[in-house]
Amino acid sequence: MIKDITIGQYFPGSSVLHRMDSRIKIILTAVFIVMLFAAKDIAALAVGILFTLVTFLISKIPLKMMGKSLKPIIPLIIFTALLNLFFIRSGELLWQWRFIKITDQGIDTSVFMVIRIICLICGTSLLTYTTSPIDLTDAIERLLSPLKKIKVPVHELAMMMTIALRFIPTLIEETDKIMSAQKARGADMETGSLIQKAKAMVPILIPLFVASFRHAEELALAMECRCYHGGEGRTRMKQLKLSMIDLYGSLFTAAFLASVIAVNILMKK
Amino acid sequence: MAIIKTEGLTYVYGEGTPFRKVAVDSVDLEIESGDFAGIIGHTGSGKSTLIQHFNGLLKPTSGSVWIDGERLWDDKAKLRPVRFKVGLVFQYPEYQLFEETVYKDIAFGPKNMGLDEDEIDRRIKETARLVGIGDSLMSKSPFELSGGQKRRVAIAGVMAMEPKVLILDEPASGLDPKGREHILGMIKEYHQETGNTVLLVSHSMEDIARNVQKILVMNDAKLFCYDETAKVFHRSEELRAMGLAVPQITRVFERLRAMGIDTGEDVYTVKYAARLLLEKLKK
Repeated sequence: MIKDITIGQYFPGSSVLHRMDSRIKIILTAVFIVMLFAAKDIAALAVGILFTLVTFLISKIPLKMMGKSLKPIIPLIIFTALLNLFFIRSGELLWQWRFIKITDQGIDTSVFMVIRIICLICGTSLLTYTTSPIDLTDAIERLLSPLKKIKVPVHELAMMMTIALRFIPTLIEETDKIMSAQKARGADMETGSLIQKAKAMVPILIPLFVASFRHAEELALAMECRCYHGGEGRTRMKQLKLSMIDLYGSLFTAAFLASVIAVNILMKK
Repeated sequence: MAIIKTEGLTYVYGEGTPFRKVAVDSVDLEIESGDFAGIIGHTGSGKSTLIQHFNGLLKPTSGSVWIDGERLWDDKAKLRPVRFKVGLVFQYPEYQLFEETVYKDIAFGPKNMGLDEDEIDRRIKETARLVGIGDSLMSKSPFELSGGQKRRVAIAGVMAMEPKVLILDEPASGLDPKGREHILGMIKEYHQETGNTVLLVSHSMEDIARNVQKILVMNDAKLFCYDETAKVFHRSEELRAMGLAVPQITRVFERLRAMGIDTGEDVYTVKYAARLLLEKLKK
């Protein structure tokens, strides 16, 4: 049902990856993306695959979660594969039918692209699997804090993100309730044409809108009652601290990045 | 004939996940047509889950529900008519209001039934009178009304479908005493006027004692009993053991009895208690 939707798919745990500083994790995820895109051929990409697998094993997240995070982008993967397969015309011609030409380079590239996307999704989803949404926004706030110098309201943006994440489950629950209530009044949401279905959403969307405004108002009041006044001079209960784990993690990732570059250079020769 | 019947009704939340929870556990139940029954049970005892089976909002994990002799979930297409037969008013129903005017909002249910304009109009006027929503409010936006008025409009929206069974989940919660009285009074009036089955979920034993004829007690996902009010409150020890209470006046009279004053049993409304005491004093 509607409750099965998970957003911010945090997977509680105590692995090394879980304990790593969330700021470092974000940076290392960026490095990981660079690593994947730096890989010029399949051999270099193999290093990236290895990195993905090793980090997944370290995180102790069940491997089937990999499949789960890939599921929504299967259409994208298929689309990329077909695009590369049909539109790369260089290399040796293997098969031809009317205007469709398949070449060996086309196959190579499409396999390469698919593997790259899969690694990309699996690796980056590890970030959200091992970091709670709150830690994540915290880290984003800290990483973006230099932007405060040019008057970007970093704290406010991070607070908005935190609140948005916090209210997703609340609103899902609310939607569920309103849907049940309207169904009890005979609302029909399953049958009919697309336009009828869209119209049938009105009795759900309006109460939901009203509810969100109510929540916002109540929350604003509650925050003001606790003297919230923005980021100025605010201290944190949970200080982000770098530890040896972060150093090792960074070295580990750097080593892999270096290997990818090395393999690239070797293969060129 | 029983209007609502269940056999081995079981519902499990989150089957196959670590959060698995049996919310309703093999409930066998028969509610006669025309009953005015209260449903009590502490928080999380499965009351709300149970009532959502009566109009086919939830599908039993196992077991069956019959409404008016017809088994639910045999044919999914027949579920919508069941929802017109069994009207369910959720907790805080005012949060479901959405139309531009009160009139249109009450009309939502009857319109979904496919009734013609005249019939819809008749029903709206009828229920508006019953819940005490005057003509001057009918063209207002439901969002302009007070909390109590909103609640009454929302209940009217379900009553206007003229369901054979009306189920209300905590219809009086969060209202001031006057609002409570008003809502409960109008539900009682609805039952008397239409003779339809009414089920009232409530935490207030006083409200239950004053209004209903029978009580259904849920305890830990199981049906504890479904019996006449007097008989249920008679088992006050057991009720207390499951975290429920009996009405205050019943407790007072139990104490009196324990002190050796013979007051007679089954006192659960203040009105009855007053009459009883007056008779005693006259003697």
